[in-house]
Amino acid sequence: MQDLLKFITCGSVDDGKSTLIGHMLYDSKLIFSDQEESLKLESQVGSNDGNLDYSLLLDGLMAEREQGITIDVAYRYFTTNNRSFIVADTPGHEEYTRNMAVGASFADLAVILVDSSKGILTQTKRHTRICALMGIKHVVYAVNKIDIVDYSHSTYDQICLDIQKICLEYNFKSVFTIPVSATIGDNLTTKSTKTPWYEGPTLLEYLENIDVNTADKDSGSILPIQRVCRPNREFRGFQGEIILGSFKKGDEITVLPSEEKAHIKAVYNLDKETDEASKGQAVTVSLDKEIDVSRGSVILKDTDLYKGKLFRAKILWMDDKKLVAGKNYSIKLSTAESLATVMNIKHKIDVNEGSKVYTDKVYKNEIAVIDLACKDVMIYNKFKNVKEMGSFILIDNVTHQTAACGVIEHNLRRDENIIYQKMDITRDLRSAQKNQKPKTIWFTGLSGSGKSTLANALEKRLFADGKHTMSLDGDNIRLGLNKNLGFKEQDRIENIRRIAEVAKLLNDAGVIAITSFISPFLSDRENAKSIIGRENFIEIYVSTPLEECEKRDVKGLYKKARAGEIPNFSGISSPYEPPKEPDLTIDTSKVSLEDAVELIYKKISDSI
Amino acid sequence: MNNLSHLDALEAEAVYIMREVSANFDNPVMLYSIGKDSSVMLHLALKAFAPEKPPFPFLHVNTTWKFKEMIEFREHVAEKYSLNMLEYINEEGVKNNINPFDHGSAYTDIMKTQALKQAFDKYKFDAAFGGGRRDEEKSRAKERIFSFRNEDHAWDPKNQRPEMWKLYNTKIFKGEEVRVFPLSNWTEKDIWMYIQRENIEIPSLYFAKERPVVYRDDNIIMVDDDRMRLLPGEEPVMKKVRFRTLGCYPLTGGIESDADTLDAIIEETLGAVSSERTSRVIDKEAQGSMERRKREGYF
Repeated sequence: MQDLLKFITCGSVDDGKSTLIGHMLYDSKLIFSDQEESLKLESQVGSNDGNLDYSLLLDGLMAEREQGITIDVAYRYFTTNNRSFIVADTPGHEEYTRNMAVGASFADLAVILVDSSKGILTQTKRHTRICALMGIKHVVYAVNKIDIVDYSHSTYDQICLDIQKICLEYNFKSVFTIPVSATIGDNLTTKSTKTPWYEGPTLLEYLENIDVNTADKDSGSILPIQRVCRPNREFRGFQGEIILGSFKKGDEITVLPSEEKAHIKAVYNLDKETDEASKGQAVTVSLDKEIDVSRGSVILKDTDLYKGKLFRAKILWMDDKKLVAGKNYSIKLSTAESLATVMNIKHKIDVNEGSKVYTDKVYKNEIAVIDLACKDVMIYNKFKNVKEMGSFILIDNVTHQTAACGVIEHNLRRDENIIYQKMDITRDLRSAQKNQKPKTIWFTGLSGSGKSTLANALEKRLFADGKHTMSLDGDNIRLGLNKNLGFKEQDRIENIRRIAEVAKLLNDAGVIAITSFISPFLSDRENAKSIIGRENFIEIYVSTPLEECEKRDVKGLYKKARAGEIPNFSGISSPYEPPKEPDLTIDTSKVSLEDAVELIYKKISDSI
Repeated sequence: MNNLSHLDALEAEAVYIMREVSANFDNPVMLYSIGKDSSVMLHLALKAFAPEKPPFPFLHVNTTWKFKEMIEFREHVAEKYSLNMLEYINEEGVKNNINPFDHGSAYTDIMKTQALKQAFDKYKFDAAFGGGRRDEEKSRAKERIFSFRNEDHAWDPKNQRPEMWKLYNTKIFKGEEVRVFPLSNWTEKDIWMYIQRENIEIPSLYFAKERPVVYRDDNIIMVDDDRMRLLPGEEPVMKKVRFRTLGCYPLTGGIESDADTLDAIIEETLGAVSSERTSRVIDKEAQGSMERRKREGYF
């Protein structure tokens, strides 16, 4: 049976990626005749000179045809006598770098195109860097448009030298260069007579023969668990794909994070019991005793993995919104999921030079080194040791967009030193003593909407009930704990983060926390929610309309804001994002204070 | 290490995807269209969760114009594996007598796309497996394995979620859904090779047999029942034909063939001169027609 090579084509826009693949498929007679016919038809419309436009074979989206560019990855499948191939043709525009990275994450080899009339461009370097970041070990530079430089040997040699220079920085296992013309077909599938000075294989020959299955660096066996299979009371199997080594009946294994040990009772390769299953196979294993295994657990043999909450990683930022330290994201690492806070941005990496750029903000398509703190203990390894255990994505909790992908560089020492002091007096004991369930009641709404008034009245009502409460508002936070913070975006995020942490401490102490802050942004409140814990967070939206708040203008702030004296004033010069699903909404222009407090009290009395 | 054959690698990938869906979604469904791709998908689902049964229902969107034999095959398979097989028909469309002869592309929209959306709204599925492959058509070649759909079930091709390594983003809000294509990286040839290797049962429409057909434009259409409208001068003739894809019989072109065994079909497919979608009449209507329909919610 033939094996499979997954590769990508990348390089700057107009370097001819789609044309190269289209031409290679065409020459190898690997396209169907109806596609060929529609290609001929479309070319007559789509290209200037009526010659075949091979790129039309790949650019499949309407917007791509209209603009004549590639926006997203296209996957093509072909088989020669020697090998099966999947090629991901990726976009060259900087704007679509993240889509190029999607292709790179999937491939074992990259064909990077260089326009010989232009030489190495920023995009060539960027793509080389992203290929390395995503774990590609083999690269081929197709020095294209060699016909345009009159098949000049010296131009080609100069470009080869430049390529050697940019590859010094990386740890590629193989780097190769081939002079080609994607339009004419030189050295794609047949050797060109125009480049007698080049003695190597054609691009297709090279792809057919290169060995990318290098031996794994790490020994041992790893099986991350995707799901638990319980068809009946007798059978309990753990399903997943083996990513390293092999497992067989009788093996002694360790499960992380529980660190419990057991022996393998049976291994199934899909639905069939087997003696031994190895890397790449989808298996079900059963164990000889009941131990704690669930989705996100990892079964190990003869190896070890890191277990901790803090690590340093290199990321590619992919979200339209910039990355700011302090924000919480969902993290997916292997089959485990948790919340992660970007503790700090160490530096960005200059695409061209690879040098460090110190900054506190990272924008779309930039590469940065960051420290992450996860809410739960994660099982991981360095990406360079085991790719599958060292790669992750970050997901924005508000938009659910995939905001970043990253690779783990190393664990952070601090993780070993900070051992959470296990306390004998727990939150449960403290709350039981106070005869209450500690929650955080989070008021959000415009300035002047009545948050503080409501919070104050509610606290009195609860106090009268014998509850232990504490109010947090601008006066006791902004003037004390947070007095070093201004109103920049980063400070705003940090302000809410600290408030949430204080509320959580109060809850830990068994106390009901009541907070009244405008907290205008969904993402900040989402952050607070994940710190405090969803189950402990009661969100009350004080929805009093802007006109009413402005009419009240107790502190005279609206007047100043209208006069332009206060920048970024919520509702006037900065947006207020109302909660999507608040626990309760109160409009103080419609409900009296007494009624409002009663409404809130009714809503929360069962849960506190 | 890593000496998995091409088919073993594709199989393991599809199983990994199915297990991820089952672990991450509350209410997934597998779309079952009775064809060879659905047959492969069902077979993979039976293997992926064994000894457990596939932990989700199967859904067939019936346009009421399918080949008779397809419906019989569906019932047979559902019984054989005791599957929870749901059928959805757009009754409004049936009432208005929407049919492939009078309504052209509106028929596909109402009886397939709209019906599918209605089924999603009725059952509140949050994820649906489809048998789409990237080698079928150019806009499919660009689609993610986990393909996000908004509240209107629409696809936004210009803003697809990045899909890195095998870390699938499964987060959605209520009312949104994800279409999942575990066979994304399979080719038509892989499907046939796998059917052969695993001895998977498929409807006999795939095998060449004498059937009553008419020749219309460049297509060979089977006269499956008396609802078929013949054009003036058209007379059904018996011809040995088979089908490369199965759908609504008035819209599915057959090919003349003697291939009545799997080996013969594979032999023909490997030397195929046309990609399989040419036998679907709707695809040729306009450049980009598939992408347009998918943006509107078509599978």
